[in-house]
Amino acid sequence: MSAPLLAEFDNPDALVRAMRLAAADGHRALDAFTPFPVPDLTNAFAPPRNLVRPVMALTGFGAAAAMYALQWYSSVIDYPLNTGGRPLHSWPVFLLVPFEFGVLIAAITGLIALFWTCGLPRLHHPLFAIPQFERVSQDRFLLLVASKDTDATALRESLERAGALLVAEMHP
Amino acid sequence: MSGHAQPHRWIARERLGYGEICAAVADPIQRRGPGRAWVIAFLGVLPLVLATVIAIGAVLTVGIGLSGVNTTVVWGFSIANYVWWIGIGNAGTLISSMLLLTRQHWRASINRFAEAMTLFAAAIAGIFPIIHLGRPLYSYWLAPYPNTMDLWPQWRSALVWDFWAILSYLLFSLIFWFTGLLPDLATMRDRAQSRFGRRLYGALALGWRGSARHWAVYETFHKTMAALAVPLVCSVHSIVGLDFAASLMPGWQESIFPPYFVVGAMYSGFAMVVVLAIIIRWGLNLQAVITPAHFDAMAKVMLFASIVMTFSYATEWFMGWYGGDHADRAVIAYFFTGDYRWLYYCLLFCNCLVPQALWFARVRLNLWALAIISIVINLGMWLERILIVWNTLSHGHAVSLWRTYHVSFYDVVILIAPLGLFAFGFLVLARIFPIVSIHEVSQLAHDEGAARGGTA
Repeated sequence: MSAPLLAEFDNPDALVRAMRLAAADGHRALDAFTPFPVPDLTNAFAPPRNLVRPVMALTGFGAAAAMYALQWYSSVIDYPLNTGGRPLHSWPVFLLVPFEFGVLIAAITGLIALFWTCGLPRLHHPLFAIPQFERVSQDRFLLLVASKDTDATALRESLERAGALLVAEMHP
Repeated sequence: MSGHAQPHRWIARERLGYGEICAAVADPIQRRGPGRAWVIAFLGVLPLVLATVIAIGAVLTVGIGLSGVNTTVVWGFSIANYVWWIGIGNAGTLISSMLLLTRQHWRASINRFAEAMTLFAAAIAGIFPIIHLGRPLYSYWLAPYPNTMDLWPQWRSALVWDFWAILSYLLFSLIFWFTGLLPDLATMRDRAQSRFGRRLYGALALGWRGSARHWAVYETFHKTMAALAVPLVCSVHSIVGLDFAASLMPGWQESIFPPYFVVGAMYSGFAMVVVLAIIIRWGLNLQAVITPAHFDAMAKVMLFASIVMTFSYATEWFMGWYGGDHADRAVIAYFFTGDYRWLYYCLLFCNCLVPQALWFARVRLNLWALAIISIVINLGMWLERILIVWNTLSHGHAVSLWRTYHVSFYDVVILIAPLGLFAFGFLVLARIFPIVSIHEVSQLAHDEGAARGGTA
C-alpha cells in the first residue's frame, strides 16, 4: 500500500466531487481540511458516537439537581429561616438558580468534550509541517485519501481530473 | 447607503473569494496600523475609562451616599444602568443563537461583534449591583460556600438570583464567543507575519486545523450552545424583571414584567448592534460583508420590538386600571402627571413614536436615519428603566414616604463613563481579534455563490 495522498482544491465542491469519485473507486478518504464546515464532509466524517450532547445533558441536569439539593439542604435542614411565613422549601423560586447553574456547567463540560473528541488543545501537529497547510484556514481545501492499490497513480489521476491543484504523498 | 441593486443579498460584491474575505477581516489587524480614527477614538475614551475607575473607587471608599438615593428611592442610576447594560448584552446572544438556530445565514457578518458586545455589556452590568450593595466588601456572601459563620445565602432573594444569572451568563457568553472565534484564531495564526503574532494566535487557536472530523463535533457543540443560549438569555432578563416583579410594590408587582423585560432587552440591544455595525462597517471598511440588507433586517426587528413595547406599556396601564387597586391606579396616574412626567413623555416619544419611521424602506436603508433612531431607542430604553425605579419608589403604598430622586454628580459619571469603558473594550478587541467571523462569512460567500470559481 502506498502512502496516503493529500489533494489540494480551491473550492469545496470540487473536493466533495473528488471524494465521491475516489470512494466509488474503492479508495478510502481519511480526512479533509477546510476553512469552514462543508455539510457533505461533516456528514461523511462525523464520528460514529458524538459525545458532546449526551455529556452536556448529563452534566447540565446533574449540576442543576445538585444545586437544587444544595438549596433544599441549606434552607430546610442546615439553616431554616422563616421569612414572612414562606415555606422553608420554596420550590418555585428554587428552580431559578439550578437552571442558570445547569446551563453554565453544560457549557463548560461541552467545551471540554469538544476538546477531548478533537484532541485539542495541542501546540503542534505533524500536518502543520506540510507546505500550503497554512492556507487550509483561509482559501484551500485539502483531502487526504488512502489508495487501495500499491501504486497510487490511478488515484492521483482521478484526483487531478476532479480539479486538484496539487497532489502530494504523505509520509508519516 | 447604496440603494441600488447588488449582486448578492448578503454580500455586496459580484465575486468575493475566500482569500479576499480573510484579507478584508484580518489585514486591518495584522498588516495595517490602527489608523487615525482609531487613535483619536482611543485617546477620546481613555478619560472615560479613568472616570469609571475613579467613580467605582469613590463609591467603594466613600459609600452609596455619593449616589442620589435616599431612604424612599433606595434604587437609582445603578439599578437602571444594570438593567440597561444587561439588556444590551441580551441582543448579542439573541442575534447569535436565535439566528443560528433559524438558519439566518446573514448573521455571519454581525454575530461576532454582537457576541463581543454581549461580553462587555454583561461584564459592565455585573459591576452595578456590586457597587450598589452598600457593603460591597461582603458581595462574596452571595456565593454558597462553607464558612465559619455557618451561614447560607438567602435563596429567596432576588440578589442571589442576579448573582447566578450574571455569573452564568458572563461565563456562558465567553465560551460561546471563544468557540465561534476558534477557527478564526487559526486563520490569524496562519496569516501572522510577526513572531509574536504567530505565538499569540498559535497559542489561542489551540492547534485547530480545520479537520472535517473536528468541524462535525464543532458544529454540534456550537448549535447546542445556541439552543441553550436562547432560554438562558430569556431567563437572565426574566430574573432581572423578577427583581422588580417579586416585590410587593405598586407598578412592579406585575406578571408581565419578565417577558416585557426580555423584549425591552432585545429592543435596546438591537439598537446598539445597529450603531456598532454602522461604526465598524465604516471603520474597518467592511461594506462588502455588512450590506444594506443587514440593516434592513435589523431595523425590522427593532420595529417589531417597538410595537411589542408599546403594547406592553398599554397593558401595564390597562391592568393598573382594571385591577382596581388604589395604589396601582395612583402610580399609573403618577406616570402621566407626577414629578417625572416629562421624562415619561420623552420615553413614549423615543420608544413608541420615533421607531414607527422604520415602516418606511427609505428610512431603513438610510444609515444616518437608522443611527439616530437607534440612539433615540437606547435613550428611551434607559429612561424606561430609570422611570420604573423612580416612579414606583417615589409613589409607593405609604403616602408619608413619598419623595423624589435628586441626581448627583456621581450618578451622571456612572451613567456616562462606562460607555467609554465599553468603547475602550471594543477598540482594543478590534485590534486583536477578527471583528467579523471569517469562517462564517466564507461559508456565506460559498452559499451565496459569491466565491464561485475559487481564488487565484
